[in-house]
Amino acid sequence: MTTFNVHVTIENKPGISDPEGDTILNDLVLKGTHKTVSKIKTAKMLKFTIKEKDKKIAQSKVQEICAELRIYNPMVSIVTIDVFDA
Amino acid sequence: MKVGVVVFPGSNCDRDMYHVLTDVFNLDAQYYWHEKTLPKNIDAVILPGGFSYGDRLRAGIIAAHSPIIKDIQKLAEKGIPILGVCNGFQILVEAGLLPGVLLKNESLNFMCEWTNLIVENNKTPFTNQFKLHEKIPIPIANGEGRYYVDDDTLKQLKKKNQIVFRYNKVVNGSSHRIAGVCNQEGNVVGMMPHPERAVESEINPVDNKPSSLIFESLLIKMGVNN
Repeated sequence: MTTFNVHVTIENKPGISDPEGDTILNDLVLKGTHKTVSKIKTAKMLKFTIKEKDKKIAQSKVQEICAELRIYNPMVSIVTIDVFDA
Repeated sequence: MKVGVVVFPGSNCDRDMYHVLTDVFNLDAQYYWHEKTLPKNIDAVILPGGFSYGDRLRAGIIAAHSPIIKDIQKLAEKGIPILGVCNGFQILVEAGLLPGVLLKNESLNFMCEWTNLIVENNKTPFTNQFKLHEKIPIPIANGEGRYYVDDDTLKQLKKKNQIVFRYNKVVNGSSHRIAGVCNQEGNVVGMMPHPERAVESEINPVDNKPSSLIFESLLIKMGVNN
């Protein structure tokens, strides 16, 4: 068994408003000199540490946990799962 | 008539709800800790407001996995009246007993203010004493109170008469200004505003009678003469 770090990023689906991201963009970044930025989205990240046989199993296990326990709400959120060697 | 008030770690409106049920409406109410079971012969269940598990991960999601939720699901299927207020509403949504989801308010602020609701469905066990479109002055107190449903679900809610309360004006960015919904059968109702903070004239600066009708509706539904 190998230890992996699994990062779960939860963000709003396109079309679901993200007022925090909009405020960071409009009232912080664009008020400075960084005019090339067009979009900022906020997200929540959960970092799992997990022991599994390989990366693929680690990813599918975390995906299963997220779905089973409704770690993210599929009505409004999308999730990205990235696996790294610990 | 026996009413259960479910208590989760972080519930903080449970005593207000219990007080209103027992001292104002003379009901036989009892607290039920979220790890306990509910009696099969209970007549109604109320999930009060608060901050279960400190709103960690998402308001209501951790409490939605509490052992008592299985009992609440069974009672809901039997048609027992169930009311979720504020965090109780968030828990019912996260447990899949009610449609939709509650997001952070559009302003990102915790909102604590008086609002006006419009009754859109007066057939539920908690609204049967209202006239349709009757106005209810009532306070909200939440950070994640923006009700959201996608367009298809909204159409279904309208078609099945599941929208119970709407704000009379834009408050927090909720879809269709929705403040409360019910399941298709109508016995499970969730609402973001706090009726337990509005039924006594001492703490209601506008009119305490409309909020009282929420509890009086339950009494009528159960055939109780107080």
